[in-house]
Parts: sequence; C-alpha cells; structure tokens
Amino acid sequence: MSGFGRAACVALQGLAGVGVQIEVHASSGLPRVHIVGLPDRAVQQAQHRTWSAIARAGLTPPHGKTVINLTPASLPKAGTHFDLAMGVAVLRAMRVVPPDDGETALLGELGLDGRLRPVAGTLPLARAAAEAGMTRVVVPTASVDEASLVAGIRVLGAPSLAHAAALLGADLDPEPVEPVPAAAPVPRAHADLDLADVVGNRDAVEALEIAAAGSHHLLMVGPPGAGKTMLAMRLPGILPALTEQEALEVASLRSLAGEPPPSTLDVLPPFEHPHHSATAVSLVGGGSGTIRPGAAARATHGVLFLDEAPEFPRTVLDMLRQPLESGTITIHRAAGVATFPARFQLLLAANPCPCGLFGSGECTCPPQQRRRYFSRLSGPLLDRVDLQVRVDRVLPGADGARRSSAEAAARVAEARARAERRLEGTEWRAMGHVPGPWLRRNLPLGRELLLPLEQAVERGALTMRGLDRAVRVAWTMADLDGVDAPSRTHIGRALALRKGIPA
Amino acid sequence: MRAKDELGLDGEAAASVHLERAGMRIVDRRWRCPHGEVDIIALDGETLVFVEVKTRRGTEFGHPFEAITPEKVRRLRTLAGVWLGEHRHRGPIRMDAVAVIAPRSGRWRVEHLRGIE
Repeated sequence: MSGFGRAACVALQGLAGVGVQIEVHASSGLPRVHIVGLPDRAVQQAQHRTWSAIARAGLTPPHGKTVINLTPASLPKAGTHFDLAMGVAVLRAMRVVPPDDGETALLGELGLDGRLRPVAGTLPLARAAAEAGMTRVVVPTASVDEASLVAGIRVLGAPSLAHAAALLGADLDPEPVEPVPAAAPVPRAHADLDLADVVGNRDAVEALEIAAAGSHHLLMVGPPGAGKTMLAMRLPGILPALTEQEALEVASLRSLAGEPPPSTLDVLPPFEHPHHSATAVSLVGGGSGTIRPGAAARATHGVLFLDEAPEFPRTVLDMLRQPLESGTITIHRAAGVATFPARFQLLLAANPCPCGLFGSGECTCPPQQRRRYFSRLSGPLLDRVDLQVRVDRVLPGADGARRSSAEAAARVAEARARAERRLEGTEWRAMGHVPGPWLRRNLPLGRELLLPLEQAVERGALTMRGLDRAVRVAWTMADLDGVDAPSRTHIGRALALRKGIPA
Repeated sequence: MRAKDELGLDGEAAASVHLERAGMRIVDRRWRCPHGEVDIIALDGETLVFVEVKTRRGTEFGHPFEAITPEKVRRLRTLAGVWLGEHRHRGPIRMDAVAVIAPRSGRWRVEHLRGIE
C-alpha cells in the first residue's frame, strides 16, 4: 500500500498570497501522520479533523505512515483553511479522487462531521489563488458569494469534504447535508447618517467638507457635547464612493479580520473608531499565528477616527507615523512579515483640556495640565494634520441652514475631479497628499496672497509647516468653489479655521 | 494468569509461526533484561530482527499498530543494544512489528511490518 496525492491551496502574508502545494505520501509503516513544512498548531491539528472527515465520508483513512508536506516548505503556514486541500490530497493518495489538475485551489476548514466551515480571509485567499494562476476555487457553500467577488476565477461551493471530492471527480454519491452557515453580516453603523442632522457649527461642517474634498487629515477640538463624534461619523457619507479595486481591498481586509462576509462589495468608505484604551496591536495589527490587520489597516481608503485623541497612549499614537508616511503597515513576527495597506484619512477629536471646558470660561484646569494634555498630540502626528478646527457647543436656536450629505458629496466629487486634473502625472490624487515643497515649487502663489500667512508666521501665530498646511487647505477651498487658484478669501478662511487651537 | 496476558502469549506464538513461514529463524522469545522485554528475536538471513508483537481481539479500539508508539520503538532499540552487548552478532539489525488481530470467533489475522522507525 503506497499512494501519493497532491492538492493546491494558498497561504497569506498580510493581504498578499503565495500558492501552497499540499503533498501526501501514504505508505506502509506504523500508523503515524507527520505534517511537515512549517505548520502552526492549527495546521498540525488539521490531521484530526481531516481523518474524522474522511471517516464520516464513509471511507477508511490511511492507517500506515502518512507524510503530509506543505510546500514551499520554508514558508510558515497558519490557519485552518488548509484542511480541505489536505483532505483532498489524502483522498488522492487513497486513489479516491483523480489527480490534481494544477488549476484548482481548495479552501476551507473541516468539522469532525466532514462539513466545510467558512474561514476568515476567504476573499483575499480566493484573490491570491486567482493571482497564482488558478482557474477554479472550491470553497465552503456559505463562502461562495464572498469568493465570487474575485474576478477571473470560477467558484465552486461544497457543503462537505465528500461533496468536494465528488466535484473533483470522485466516484462518490454523498448524502445531502445542511451547509454550515456564515455569520450574519453586520450593518454598517454610519451607513445612513446625514450631514443635514447637524445643527449649527458651520465652520466644522465646512471643515469636514474640505477634509473630504482634499483628503486632509482633520483635528476637531471642542468641549464635550459639541458634536465632534456626530460630525466625524458623517465623513464617510460625503467621501467619494470606493472604486471596485478599493472596495475589494477593503472587503479583503475585513475578511482577514474575521468580519462576516459581504454578499456584495461595500463601496462606502470604511470608518474605524478604536477606543482610546486600544493597544498598539489592535491599532496596527498583529497576533500570534496568523497576523490580522488592525484598525488602521481596516480604515484603508476610509477614515480612522480617534475620539479623545490625547487620551491615547503616546506609544500607540506614534504607531500611526509609519502608515501616515508610507500608506502601509509592516508587521514583523516570528511567524513572518505581513504588510497591509493603511492609506486612511485621520480624523482626531480632542477636548481643549482635561475638563473639556477651556474657552468657555468655566475651565478649572491649571494651565500646566492643559499644556501637558495637548502636548501628547503635538509633534510628528499633528504635523500631518492640515485642518485643525474648533467646534463649539451649539446654542438653542442655532441657524438651520444645513447641507445634506448628498449635496456635500456632489461638491466633494467635483472638487476632487478638479484636484485630480491638476495633479495629473503625479503620484498624488488629492491636495491633502501633496508635500509642501512640491506645492511651493509647482503651484506658487503670489506674494500678496501669502502676506497674511507670512505675517502670522512673523507674529509667531503660525509655523512654517502650518503655513504649508494653510496653503494646501486654501487650494482645496478653491477646488470646492470651482475656481482655478486660491483667492485672498480662501487664504483668510484657511487661517481663520485654525483659530482657537493651541500651538 | 490473566486473560490479557494469555492473549499476548497466544499472539506471540501466532506471530512466531507467521515469521517462520516467512523464512525467518526464531532466535529467542520473551527475552528479558532489567530494561524490559523483547517479544521475538529472529534471524532473517543475515539480519537480526527485533520484533514487537501487539495482539488485540479486534480493531474497534484501533489497529494494534496504533499501540506501538514512538516511545515503544525507542525502547525496543535500547533493548536491541543491550542484547547485542550480551550476545555475538555480526551483521545488520532491524526492528519489525507484528500485529495479531485475534477475534474470539473467526480467523486470526497477522500483519507484519518490516523496518519500523
């Protein structure tokens, strides 16, 4: 008795995938299963699930010496999605399933009853399979919709190992079984929030629109109850809808994070709002075994909102510097290196002081404490935040001139189109991404336009970096107003939006 | 003598017959030393073979081979070393396993694995 079988699967490192071949050699010898090729615990334990599943399919699993090799053998393998490929490779070694065609990837976790269970990351796994040149992928029945979001690969669903084997040409006639259902999708909390719900605070609404139009990072400072969170949650609704490529990337990251699978691509930009008790790992990603994306990666192509930003530990805030710089997060672990996209728009909210009442005359915080509170935010992080606005409590009877999200989104889309035309041929797509020196060199403004800003620098009210930020914001304001270059008013408004912000 | 020891003895006897039929010459049975016991020592041509025999009534609780753990194979190897220290043998050696499935009614089945590790 000796048999050889092979099946194809995929391993993920971050969002990128590598094709993995699973080879099984069953020979005579003492009954023992050796899994080689750097399996983690979950992969080691796959043996027991696989053997039970084969028995449940009415077949006798190999009882001699069985060696299972996962190649490339030097790449660490983590997760339970290798179960199906392992099971089929064993069935091939038993000559139950015809040999591998080299074009079919198999993904799924096996239960002891032989049924296939959906796994986290099905979408990026299927995408990686397509990129590895596979033409077909077999997934658990409940994952068919999710895997079908990937173009260029045929998706086949199977409720159990026996059904998958039959799909692949085994002479089996499995009994119908109830497929393991996927978790129900969670509705997005910020999906139907409208900007029209915001009363007053015209400066803040305007700032939000500018932030959306120029993809500027935004800091809102104001007392509790001023509506900072309310405003923040409405930013995704006025951002341009995700492109198909972006939506696929967002869905892949969510899938990796273990969120229930979507049946259609969600084109609303993501909105992540980690609590200030968040750890560095939960923010940037990590974990033992499979490296999972954190909130910053899940906010890719969307918004990362840090409420009560000064309450976040400084080490956690500093973790955001790499993604803000490069748009990616690289996580190093013993198990390997994972790189996730992390191109998000940063939205910070802060109280003006620990008690939150500074500016209203009722603040009881000593000045020193107030400074210390805010200094946590300053430095490299705040340097990248173009828009820093004060949001105040709304008084009863505030004016009702409001703008709906739809109107704002239309203005934002037009402004973005204008900016994209201007930035054609560069690596940037929005004014908020353009570095100061490039802006000064390629889009110089007249001296008299810059005069109010330079005066502010001389007075010590603005730093040179702050000047760059104000100019970028002025450009976006011009885009929103549909004019070719910022006017004096735009510069003035850009400067005025910063009023009341320390430093 | 307890039933399971008797079954073990019967199994070893059946294994010996099987090995002799396969052309091997039994050198010793139930050889003991302070480290333990070797069920069968036999010669297969030039090769000295140390045999672990496992007997079971049936396979409901698993195949007899499943009871031969890596630990047991290691011990068999140690015992082989002790035996070779006390006896003269020039030539290769090997470890084998024999499974005897001995139902109360019906034919007994003997399976022989050469060169276990």
